[in-house]
Amino acid sequence: MSVPEELQYTKTHEWVRREGDVATIGITEHAQDELGDVVFVELPEVGSGLGAGDSFGVVESVKAVSDLYTPVGGEVTEVNEALNDGPELINSDPYGEGWIVRLRVSDEGELLSAADYEKVLEEED
Amino acid sequence: MVTPEQAPRRTPLYEEHRKLGARLVDFAGWEMPVQYSGIKDEHLAVRNRAGLFDVSHMGEVVFRGPEAEEALQRLVTRDVGRLAAGQAGYAAVCYPDGGTVDDVLVYRREEDFLVVVNAANRDKDFRHFKENAEGFDAEVTDESDEWALLALQGPEAVGILQGLADTDLSGVRYYRFVEGEAAGARGILSRTGYTGEDGFEVFVRPGDAPVLWRQLVEAGAVPVGLGARDTLRLEAGMCLYGNELDRETTPLEAGIGFAVHLDKEPGFIGQEALLRQKEEGLPRKLAAFEVAGRGIARHGHPVTVDGAPAGHVTSGTQSPTLGKAIGLALVPPEIEDTFKVVIRDRPVEARVVPLPFYKRERR
Repeated sequence: MSVPEELQYTKTHEWVRREGDVATIGITEHAQDELGDVVFVELPEVGSGLGAGDSFGVVESVKAVSDLYTPVGGEVTEVNEALNDGPELINSDPYGEGWIVRLRVSDEGELLSAADYEKVLEEED
Repeated sequence: MVTPEQAPRRTPLYEEHRKLGARLVDFAGWEMPVQYSGIKDEHLAVRNRAGLFDVSHMGEVVFRGPEAEEALQRLVTRDVGRLAAGQAGYAAVCYPDGGTVDDVLVYRREEDFLVVVNAANRDKDFRHFKENAEGFDAEVTDESDEWALLALQGPEAVGILQGLADTDLSGVRYYRFVEGEAAGARGILSRTGYTGEDGFEVFVRPGDAPVLWRQLVEAGAVPVGLGARDTLRLEAGMCLYGNELDRETTPLEAGIGFAVHLDKEPGFIGQEALLRQKEEGLPRKLAAFEVAGRGIARHGHPVTVDGAPAGHVTSGTQSPTLGKAIGLALVPPEIEDTFKVVIRDRPVEARVVPLPFYKRERR
């Protein structure tokens, strides 16, 4: 499973890409693999405020429903509308086209490095 | 269900599933493949080509003896007296109050009856059968461990199985079965299934199952897990015990009245309650729906009408064939067009549609 070095992670299998005070969030390759074919994504509203640790949406595969949690707090500035018609982007490109939301970060949360996240994955196996 | 903590049971095909890289999950105390390549892929393989399922976890109970038929007549809702030898019939098993013990397939053989029961209900059913067959000169035996069960389903299924079988399968009509050999394994070849496609279910001895499985896969059958089994049966509008049917739900409410012969004599357990329910009018009915708004309805989601509670979703999923969110719900009988499904606190419009969601083209 790919765990890009430049990203940060959560124990609940989200990834975060930081560019200044903007955080882009998605789910990891491991998470999409566990879920299987993603068929629906529920996105938050642009402009809504989220606290670190809040649930901000849902990813559903044919069989499973999984809540999404943001490790950082802030205002939602953008959501990936392409997921409405193409939820499978989360399977095909979890770290790229399959990104889910962007936040303007006002509340830093606890994040794992790529190396620490890999340890989480090892423990799960 | 009261299952003591114990190691999950494995079917004779467990090693095959491992080798194929299946994702294994606990299902009713069995370690079963939920998917191999992915639910969507597997689902579409069954619709377009041929899929192979291991359903060896299902139970088989045999009724033998001079009054085997009478005992079974008492136990199931279908008139099994009308089944010819070599014919199978779908039936419900009811409690005296009409609630459902299980839904089963009854196979009438020359000398006896084979009843296929749901894996999760195996022990409960066997106890229920034994208790209620006591007054009859019939022997009831749990032969579940003596059978492996493979289901081969899809437009190419019959052709693939024919290539390995020693008998002509073209003459075996829907819900008929023959005894024969496939891949050198002697067993029962039954033109039944749980997917809405043509195909066979094949009962063989556990030791013969791996060779048959491997030969079917080599001949082009795609292994399919329980995940796609559920989406396939839902598209075909078939009930799943624990979802549409349970202790609190009668077969009439769940829409399987076609398997209930209310005029049967002598009667079956639950007959009076079901007759009464039919006379008084069903308090609820099973409705098929498509989600008109955004979201996927799931088992247990509440149904509302004009904001008031009106039932619940019994099964729901994203249909891989139709590309829409579909489901079944137990709702008041007067509902005809629309209702709301509450998906994560959000009421979403659902439109009632005819069953089945998917019907294969006859070719």
